[in-house]
Amino acid sequence: MFFVFLLSGLFLGWSLGANDAANVYGTAVGTRMIKFRTAAIACSVFVLIGAVVGGAGASHTLGKLGAVNALAGSFTVALAAGLTVTWMTQLKLPVSTSQAIVGAIIGWNLFTGSLTNYNSLSKIVSSWILCPLLSAGFAMILLKLTEATLSRVRLHILALDYLTRMGLFIVGAFASYSLGANNIANVMGVFVPSVPFGDLDVFGLFTLNGAQQLFALGGLAIGVGVFTFSKKVMLTVGNDLFKLSPIAALIVVLAQAIVLFLFSSEQLENLLVRHGLPSIPLVPVSSSQAVIGAVIGIGLMKGGRNIRFSVLGRISSGWISTPLISGVVSFVLLFIVQNVFSQRVYQPIRYRADNAVIGKLKAEGLPIEGFDGLVNQTHESAAAFQEALRPKLDAVTLERALQLSRLRPLKVDLNKVEDQRDLHWLSEARFKAIEGLAGRDFEYTWQMADALSQRTEEWKKKPIAKENKLYNKKLRAQLDYLARTFERR
Amino acid sequence: MLTFGRARALEVQIDQFLDLIGKGAMVFKEGCRAYLSGDREEFERHLAAICDLEGRADIIRKDSEKILYRYSLIPESRGDVLGLLENLDNVIDSCKHTLNQFNVQKPNFPEEFNEGILELTNQSVESIISVVGASRGFFENTRSIQDHINKVDFHENEADHLSLKLQGRVFEMDLRLSHKMHLSFFIQRVERLSDLAEIVAERLAIASIKRTI
Repeated sequence: MFFVFLLSGLFLGWSLGANDAANVYGTAVGTRMIKFRTAAIACSVFVLIGAVVGGAGASHTLGKLGAVNALAGSFTVALAAGLTVTWMTQLKLPVSTSQAIVGAIIGWNLFTGSLTNYNSLSKIVSSWILCPLLSAGFAMILLKLTEATLSRVRLHILALDYLTRMGLFIVGAFASYSLGANNIANVMGVFVPSVPFGDLDVFGLFTLNGAQQLFALGGLAIGVGVFTFSKKVMLTVGNDLFKLSPIAALIVVLAQAIVLFLFSSEQLENLLVRHGLPSIPLVPVSSSQAVIGAVIGIGLMKGGRNIRFSVLGRISSGWISTPLISGVVSFVLLFIVQNVFSQRVYQPIRYRADNAVIGKLKAEGLPIEGFDGLVNQTHESAAAFQEALRPKLDAVTLERALQLSRLRPLKVDLNKVEDQRDLHWLSEARFKAIEGLAGRDFEYTWQMADALSQRTEEWKKKPIAKENKLYNKKLRAQLDYLARTFERR
Repeated sequence: MLTFGRARALEVQIDQFLDLIGKGAMVFKEGCRAYLSGDREEFERHLAAICDLEGRADIIRKDSEKILYRYSLIPESRGDVLGLLENLDNVIDSCKHTLNQFNVQKPNFPEEFNEGILELTNQSVESIISVVGASRGFFENTRSIQDHINKVDFHENEADHLSLKLQGRVFEMDLRLSHKMHLSFFIQRVERLSDLAEIVAERLAIASIKRTI
């Protein structure tokens, strides 16, 4: 059954390769600076390296699909996202695979009565507007700078051609690497806990663990997608929307890389804050939207007359319809998979506000009067819990009560985390604290978090502040990993 | 895959090609001077030199075109560059052909025409040298292209004017019509060189606009 489910992950990988390779090498191929074959080989190789080498770090998080808590559900959600992206690819439109996945997860949320995090929805919408604007701005600045530089530095047409070609190749290679590293968790992450592969020795050179083999498989699927289907979208980005010159093609990928780096890198934000420098506000960015924004920026600098607005209109409508279609397809497919194929597409998540939860809310200074008569009642879904409590609680208390009341029975089993000791992802002090809880049972995740933070300061959350953001995020990811690992099924 | 060394080698090759065109124009001028002064030995030396230069230019052009295609270099400007190389090759080809015709047909210019013919040759050769400068400017992305193109225009106009004046004088002279036609043919051939240079300059003017980012 695992391999049947894996197929949809591979399909999602294939559709990701077919669509997202255009953000990486679209302008280079569109301007004929790099042959499609060369671009496809380079992209596939670096995606594969990124997936196996860079993706391993992300194996602790499940990617966006991690929110889906049953394998058949992940299968369906990935299938819905893959189908949507494939359709968009057939229409030659560059779209965001991440947004297709988020759309499909929202479909799952609606199907299962889970609550949708409206934060991710607003992120999608703002990325349609903010990201292309930022990218267009950077492309315009870079274009002016390049024009000024080239008028001063006398470069032979062939030297310029060589440098542009190399620039396009190298930036594309880096972008392919991060495409593989960042997206492999979405493609293959959900299958990691049930991977049946043992360690694989590759010609005595290095060893790939089960997760890495899975990621290599996903990387290959992405590569196949690049080879078989990406050319049309590449030409839309690099040629159809606005006829770019080779240097403009390089400016587009550079503007995209800068926007992705400056406005989505928490590491950079952390670095700036740590050195007392003003940080750049993080905004939701997507490489598809950044590339299109940069092309439009160049087009506008050239007078705007040659931009094909009909193509731009098609692309923009593709952005809006991708999450919507993906959501609807996901909902319908979940219905079919559950009712026709009798597969369990979600684990019901129950909610119960018992005395421990009430005590915790009280300790946090939140009003608890509204819980009268509802204590110890079990609700079958987040939506049902919310409905029962909404008339009695204010929004803040309700939100917190939702977080605390989610039942997730855990048993701390050290055998399950033994392999983490060698990976050093968890610090020694944190690991010792886990050891101290060996064999303990918890009803709620927060109870385990509280117990851990009582054992060592290292498990304590730092106060909410910019400089602590990354620290707290990693802490949350580790707690989430522990909850997933120790969950009693 | 194209290496930087190979790209650099092609740069040098194109530079050599332009050198050959410029040299060819100067050899042509000296060849004409030798013919008009009746120095047969010098004329034959220049004729041999221009044949050699034209042959070498041809080889370099074909080789450069092959490399440009094989490695799909400068996709945006490849058509322009190939056209430029071919048109410049036509110029040196025409120089060689004209000197050859001098050698074969041995036109008999009355002595009072020598100065005018030499001036016409000079204007045509200057237009070729200017177009070679403009071509270098195109490859090296300098702002000097327009200055060179202006010079080509000027010398082509001068050559046109001189050619008409000389042909007028030929047909006013008391010579056989066949002789007049013969001399007129050679005057037009020399003037034609500046026209060829102007064709290249016009292509360059458009290609350089396309070269902006």
